[in-house]
Amino acid sequence: MNAPLKTPVKQHVIDPEICIRCYTCEMTCELEAITHDDNNVVVDAGKCNYCMSCIPVCPTGSIDNWRMVPDPYSIEEQFGWEELPAQQDLGTAVAGAAEDAEAIDDAVARLLDEAHRGAGGKARAPVSAAKPTVNLYTLGHPVEAVVQGNYRLTHDDSGSDVRHIILGFEGRPFPVLEGQTLGIIPPGTDAQGSPHLPRLYSVSSPRDGERPGYGNVSLTVKREAQGLCSNYVCDLKKGDRVRVTGPFGATFLLPDDPAARLLMICTGTGSAPMRAFTMRRQRALGRADGGPDGGPDGGMTMFFGARTPESLPYFGPLKKVPQSVLRQHLVFSRIPGASREYVQDRMMAERDAVAELLSDPDTHIYICGLKGMEDGVEKAFASIAESGGTRWDALRDAMREQGRYHVETY
Amino acid sequence: MLDLINVSYDTQIPNNVGLSSDKRVLKALEKWHPGYINWWNDLIPDNFQQSLVYLRTAVSVDPKGWAKFDYVKMPEYRWGILLAPQAEDRRIPCGEHAGQPAWQEVPGEYRNMLKRLIVIQGDTEPASVEQQRFLGLTAPSLYDLRNLFQVNVEEGRHLWAMVYLLHKYFGADGREEADDLLRRQSGSEEAPRMLGAFNEETPDWLSFFMFTYFTDRDGKMQLESLAQSGFDPLSRTCRFMLTEEAHHMFVGETGVGRVIERTCQVMKENGIDDPHDIDRIRALGVIDLPTIQKKLNLHYTLSLDLFGQEVSTNAANAFNAGIKGRYMEHRLDDDHKLQSATYMVWDLEDGKVVRKEVPALTAINMRLRDDYTRDASGGVGRWNKIIDKAGIQFQLVLPHESFNRAIGVFANGRFDPTGRRLGEAEYDAARAGWLPSKADGDFIQSLMKPQYEPGQFAGWIAPPKVGIDNKPGDYEYVKLHMA
Repeated sequence: MNAPLKTPVKQHVIDPEICIRCYTCEMTCELEAITHDDNNVVVDAGKCNYCMSCIPVCPTGSIDNWRMVPDPYSIEEQFGWEELPAQQDLGTAVAGAAEDAEAIDDAVARLLDEAHRGAGGKARAPVSAAKPTVNLYTLGHPVEAVVQGNYRLTHDDSGSDVRHIILGFEGRPFPVLEGQTLGIIPPGTDAQGSPHLPRLYSVSSPRDGERPGYGNVSLTVKREAQGLCSNYVCDLKKGDRVRVTGPFGATFLLPDDPAARLLMICTGTGSAPMRAFTMRRQRALGRADGGPDGGPDGGMTMFFGARTPESLPYFGPLKKVPQSVLRQHLVFSRIPGASREYVQDRMMAERDAVAELLSDPDTHIYICGLKGMEDGVEKAFASIAESGGTRWDALRDAMREQGRYHVETY
Repeated sequence: MLDLINVSYDTQIPNNVGLSSDKRVLKALEKWHPGYINWWNDLIPDNFQQSLVYLRTAVSVDPKGWAKFDYVKMPEYRWGILLAPQAEDRRIPCGEHAGQPAWQEVPGEYRNMLKRLIVIQGDTEPASVEQQRFLGLTAPSLYDLRNLFQVNVEEGRHLWAMVYLLHKYFGADGREEADDLLRRQSGSEEAPRMLGAFNEETPDWLSFFMFTYFTDRDGKMQLESLAQSGFDPLSRTCRFMLTEEAHHMFVGETGVGRVIERTCQVMKENGIDDPHDIDRIRALGVIDLPTIQKKLNLHYTLSLDLFGQEVSTNAANAFNAGIKGRYMEHRLDDDHKLQSATYMVWDLEDGKVVRKEVPALTAINMRLRDDYTRDASGGVGRWNKIIDKAGIQFQLVLPHESFNRAIGVFANGRFDPTGRRLGEAEYDAARAGWLPSKADGDFIQSLMKPQYEPGQFAGWIAPPKVGIDNKPGDYEYVKLHMA
């Protein structure tokens, strides 16, 4: 028998071919984990705590490289590099973790991979998406946020308590992109006496803040009957302090291309990222009804399902977004006296419009909500694509590879 | 509580210095603001002003979230005033006051010295934007165009940084100096910029890359030594500027590297091994390596002049006063006073170039210049690796410090690039082999045709290895307004 394999670790490395030796990273690193000789600037794997402070200050991008290694490269080895060593072959699951990493701690990365499984393969970010920051704050080093507001989004008698929670960071940076998630650490300990692990929530505000320029974020959280964290979050009061980790997520992101067309399909709190996307586009485009000074605007289409209008989060605000900006299909499954309609039913009813979107290489699809919605939506897509003579799984795989098909379900 | 990390947008001028509660300075800056906007609008060709450029904007001085990338029209860029956070109990790092608490206000006895240093630094920032104003018309790619504009808007922000210090700490004469920063013009007859290298034009993109590599690196060294200042607001300003300055070094080093890479590639493709087969190489539409060496000679030596006299009492006074430190002063292990230390400088004795030991205090400029040369030679080594990898026999070298100098002990002497002294006639005969001639300039100029298709690059330059903000190769960094 072979000796048991070591668990590979993720090592932070600098690309010596790209680095210009400005030492800005070295000056920034509080742990003095970065050092240099006459040849290279290198990271000491024994000191680096993945705090990510060095990543945004690098002018070249050479700093943002990672290798999964059984044994970290020593400083001396790195000084000798003329170029980065290739990723060693540790099996695809391990090596793949180094690129497009959704998170650096394994537990969070696993949760996100699980949430993205419905896309049928490894998720990829849209090519034009802004570079996300991940893992700035961790279980060991969370950031403390202050609750700035907690508003109920659903009617009191709708049977569903969905909350809009606004968190501020008191000047600490929390650079989050639309579609990313953050973790909330519920107070207290579990049955074994260990602190609770963070629960993940999609951010529902755009990158410049719930209020532009304020760096605050909003979440859309549904109270679950036995939910430890959801009850904690839904009960938060203005001024309460909350421990937050993240941001996480590196693929469920918005293309930075005004010409891209968005097709968003969601149920319940799956609307959180869609709200962020919509607000981002509205703010970035400057004008409420189109592209920058007549520039291209791909437009957005949304299929949004809930039981009733009273339980659909953001029902009021959505009604104020003009159809020319966001084509809305609000679909309800429990209207008394009406037949049950689900998002996939409306997609079928709108098959021509959906087919046209599927045929356009500028279209990006986002699906977010409960796992249960996946099947119906897939079937609707398959039926629409195949009636046009396109094989759905091939189209879906191609779109996913191009970063144009995104699923986040839980 | 005053937020000293993130930019506040409660005034027209984004800042982290609490401007909204500093009415006097706010008013002065608001008065200065329109003149700045006019200066900017008169400078950059209008279709670029209307274009959407993918720029980073500083939004915080916390490294974790200091900048954001987004499409911006340059006149709407948020030029702000940002100072690195105040270090607790910071001490004056050098000179006769070393160890005393850093000054939060201008020390009266050094007021004029300090003001002059800030004005000189401030004068270079808009000057380089003026020098580069027409380059957009011949950009080799949208990627390069975006980098040019990024450099430009950040030089603009650095002007703001210096103007803030003038307004905040120097009263009426500070305001006057701030106005003069917009009045002087690079290359102007009546009111030129203060330093020679900043009155030379930047006629083509190779010059731009050489400028950002060599001349902006002088800027970096000056900022590094001002970041060591005992006058804390100046130190904090410069420390933050250095984060942005790193991008300018990057544009220069990779720009020259990409020109070299492309030349080597085209030589290889066409079976040319001799780098001196200039006519054949030029006929293929790339810049031959000897011409690149000549451009390097020119820009390096012009930049050396920016360091001033090797032995200088002004520099000694600034150091002794604790106004300006040495490069990495805080990492140096000595008394930080230089009472008895010595330093080797170049000198001429009986017409011979010699090394001479002088009091270290008087050799502050020389020392900074040596640090500069060491810093600058690193990139040259990496350029040579590109040539070496292509299997071409050629080495770029930094010329000797005596070559082509206008300031210091070698001023107007006749030396070849190895430092050998020459007669006037001998020098004149060989000069065209060392410095770019008009014909060289004309040739480079003939290649300067704009390439505005996303993902496409002019034939004389290789694409970059990585995009800005990790963008893919064909990213539309500038959405051109072509009205």
